[in-house]
Amino acid sequence: MADIQLTDLVKSYGPTEVLHHVAGDIKDGEFIVIVGPSGCGKSTLLRMVAGLESVTSGEIAIGGRRVNELEPSARDIAMVFQNYALYPHMSVRQNMAYGLKIRKLPKDEINRRVEEAAEILEIKQYLDRKPRQLSGGQRQRVAMGRAIVRDPQVFLFDEPLSNLDAKLRVQMRLEIRKLQQRLGVTSIYVTHDQVEAMTLGDRLMVLNGGYVEQFGTPIELYDRPASVFVAGFIGSPSMNFLPVEVSGSQAALPGGGALSVVSAHSGTATLGLRPEHLNEDENGPIAIEVDMLEQLGANTLIHGRLHGTEHSITASVPGHAHDGIGSIRRFSASPDLTHLFDTGSGKRLEI
Amino acid sequence: MLKRVHFPTSALPYLLVAPQILITLVFFIWPASQAMYQSFLIEDAFGLGTEFVWFENFQILATDHHYLASFQRTAVFSLLVAALSMGFALILAGFAQRVVRGAMFYRTLLIWPYAVAPVLAGALWVFMFNPTLGIFPYFLEFAGITWNHYLSGPQAMGLVILAAAWKQVAYNFLFYLAAMQSIPNSVIEAAAIDGAGPARRFWTIIFPLISPTTFFLLVINMVYAFFETFGIIHAVTQGGPGTSTTILVYKVFNDGFVGLDLGGSAAQSVVLMVLVIAMTVVQFRFVERKVAY
Amino acid sequence: MVEHRPLTAFLTHLVLILGVFAIALPVWITFVASTHDELRMNQAPLPLWPGEYFLENMKQTLFGSGLSGTEQAPVWLMLLNSLAMALMISTGKIAISLLSAFAIVYFKFPFRMGFFWMIFITLMLPVEVRILPTFEVVANLGMLNSYWGLSIPLIASATATFMFRQVFLTVPDELLESARIDGAGPLRFFFDILLPLSRTNIAALFVILFIFGWNQYLWPLLITTDTSMTTIVMSIKQMLEAAEQSPQWNIIMTTALLAMIPPVFVVIAMQKLFVQGLTETDK
Repeated sequence: MADIQLTDLVKSYGPTEVLHHVAGDIKDGEFIVIVGPSGCGKSTLLRMVAGLESVTSGEIAIGGRRVNELEPSARDIAMVFQNYALYPHMSVRQNMAYGLKIRKLPKDEINRRVEEAAEILEIKQYLDRKPRQLSGGQRQRVAMGRAIVRDPQVFLFDEPLSNLDAKLRVQMRLEIRKLQQRLGVTSIYVTHDQVEAMTLGDRLMVLNGGYVEQFGTPIELYDRPASVFVAGFIGSPSMNFLPVEVSGSQAALPGGGALSVVSAHSGTATLGLRPEHLNEDENGPIAIEVDMLEQLGANTLIHGRLHGTEHSITASVPGHAHDGIGSIRRFSASPDLTHLFDTGSGKRLEI
Repeated sequence: MLKRVHFPTSALPYLLVAPQILITLVFFIWPASQAMYQSFLIEDAFGLGTEFVWFENFQILATDHHYLASFQRTAVFSLLVAALSMGFALILAGFAQRVVRGAMFYRTLLIWPYAVAPVLAGALWVFMFNPTLGIFPYFLEFAGITWNHYLSGPQAMGLVILAAAWKQVAYNFLFYLAAMQSIPNSVIEAAAIDGAGPARRFWTIIFPLISPTTFFLLVINMVYAFFETFGIIHAVTQGGPGTSTTILVYKVFNDGFVGLDLGGSAAQSVVLMVLVIAMTVVQFRFVERKVAY
Repeated sequence: MVEHRPLTAFLTHLVLILGVFAIALPVWITFVASTHDELRMNQAPLPLWPGEYFLENMKQTLFGSGLSGTEQAPVWLMLLNSLAMALMISTGKIAISLLSAFAIVYFKFPFRMGFFWMIFITLMLPVEVRILPTFEVVANLGMLNSYWGLSIPLIASATATFMFRQVFLTVPDELLESARIDGAGPLRFFFDILLPLSRTNIAALFVILFIFGWNQYLWPLLITTDTSMTTIVMSIKQMLEAAEQSPQWNIIMTTALLAMIPPVFVVIAMQKLFVQGLTETDK
């Protein structure tokens, strides 16, 4: 068990800097998810922690020990790869035992650990099979087993579920979470899937273009997104953004009407409204001209444009809806569920 | 070309390439540069001294009608070997490809001559064509043809071409069959529905589609005929009668080892090296293009 | 086949069977020659059907004094020499190519590309075009009339190195990363992961190289003068020369048969590996 400190981490390939001054403290036993669109540097960051990529500047410390110069095997970590990286010529048992054999653990100790991990992951009956004889989900479990037997200080997961089908992904997600809670091992998990990130992580690090946009709990990210990027990335369907003119605690909407907000700011800003925070209100200031309905059963998504403008906007209403195309629906929003961002920098405007 | 992740730099990679590099240096690069150096030298008549003469050896070669004749002979020889073995292989593969069950059986029966050394192929054929005892001269006599490749240049050439082509059929057959089997069945079926019969399908659909293989095999067969047939010539005809089967590789050997004309032989070696390099480049170009498709 | 006409099917098989006969004819004649006695082999026309002297010819060829009037090593020794040479060439080529391909793919070191090109050059220099100077080098190193001289100059191989490089490049990067996290160093990774993964490629290449090694002709001819170092393939030449004086075709053809049996057997017994090896090395 160990905590991890990332201090002012920079990664460059030649003259191109791909990670910019990343910092963050990860507490012992915490489950951290690094999330962001492809190319944001999240895998690079993980691989730096693993020791598979060199550190250009800054420091990585695991358990208070600087590991920048240590070989991957000396960092006391285990990694689960996207394509599992199982050794195809070895049986499941040999795959799991390989690292322990190299560390020269006694045979019965190796056997005990492999059996134990296989028990936890319910793969005991496959121990003598080769990876190619297993299904995707089973391979995934073996990859996890290989990490568990090493009894490491840190688990690293590099998009481990992206090769599974949707149903299996949901199931494995739960299992990974349960397993991590049971073992209590500090974990870093990389994904581009925000739902996966929200459900798994104790805290989420949102990366964009090599910068940390926000580092916080899922609820913090949802309730108080630090930037337009985080606001748009977290939550489904995505947040609506409208250019507004704020004065006093009123935000003037394009196309007329005004919405109460909680802000001391005045001037131009970007207003963020989550579709699920729009309440039907016949006298509300937000008029949506309906373009299309998405019936999800429990609720309905109304896609349209802010009446009289070209700004698209989506609202989520409970139950079914039968609005005709072109009809108009009005909504209002509670001031404490509105978000204001600086139009230039995209940063959240705090009160 | 290279993995994303490497092992840390150490002395190890140098140790790993050392054996290969050492052997390459000692037995390839050094002798080849020796050959190149010697090609600029001429020994005097008594073998007492040598003189550095720049390109004189090459000039001598360019005007030596023996050498030019050998060049021409080699071209004819390799083209005929390639044409004969590729044609035969193409026909067999064309029929084998039509057999759904049993294609692999025929393959087994047709590919083994690849394993027969060229010199043995020569021995087998020279025995069958032995002027006094052989099977073929015996039957040819009935057709009014007297066979004696010890006396007739064209007959000697024909014999080495047959022997060289025989051994190479296996290789060509294998590649042709593989190429034909990789053509999707639906293409053939579509042609059949369009009303094309088997022969027409072969010439208008299959043959054009395997043209990259034909080109590839042409280069491979030329290289084979240029260099690997040395054993056949050496064992069967010794370049004779006269010089009627003296192809370039045999001439390099003969002028160097037997005639002891070091400079001239070295110059011939250099010319051959240039030819190999040219063929290798053509072959690689081809492979690259195939990858791009 | 698209059509299901019995006549075309019959024709197809007929052509193929004729083809097989045409290809097999020289070897059949050879086999027949190895089953008759010397007397019968000196009367034209030669027989087309096997006789009864096969075992006798085999015995005389393998363990007898060989052709009368020639100074030759016994054929069993030649077979042994050929086997030693073929095995040394094939294992040697595979070993040094595996090592250099491993270095070139998995390490980043100064002159890496220089080494790569140096190996590439060997592709362009067949023995035949540099015979004299190579012979001199081997002579100066005192390697004439030795197994080392027979095999070592032939074991540098660009094709094998390229093939292994290709194989290694298809091994997923994650396996290396995973092995590094498991604590495997370069050599451990090489022996535990890379070698087992390239097993069939190694076997396929071995088949091709064994044939290549066994069939060497010019090189052994040049560097062995001692009859006890003669290989079976090069002995054919001397036998053919001797045949002009004493035509013991039954013995000569038995020797030829013995010389081709091992590589032909390898091709037929390991057909799948042979085909794989042939197509891989030429791409």
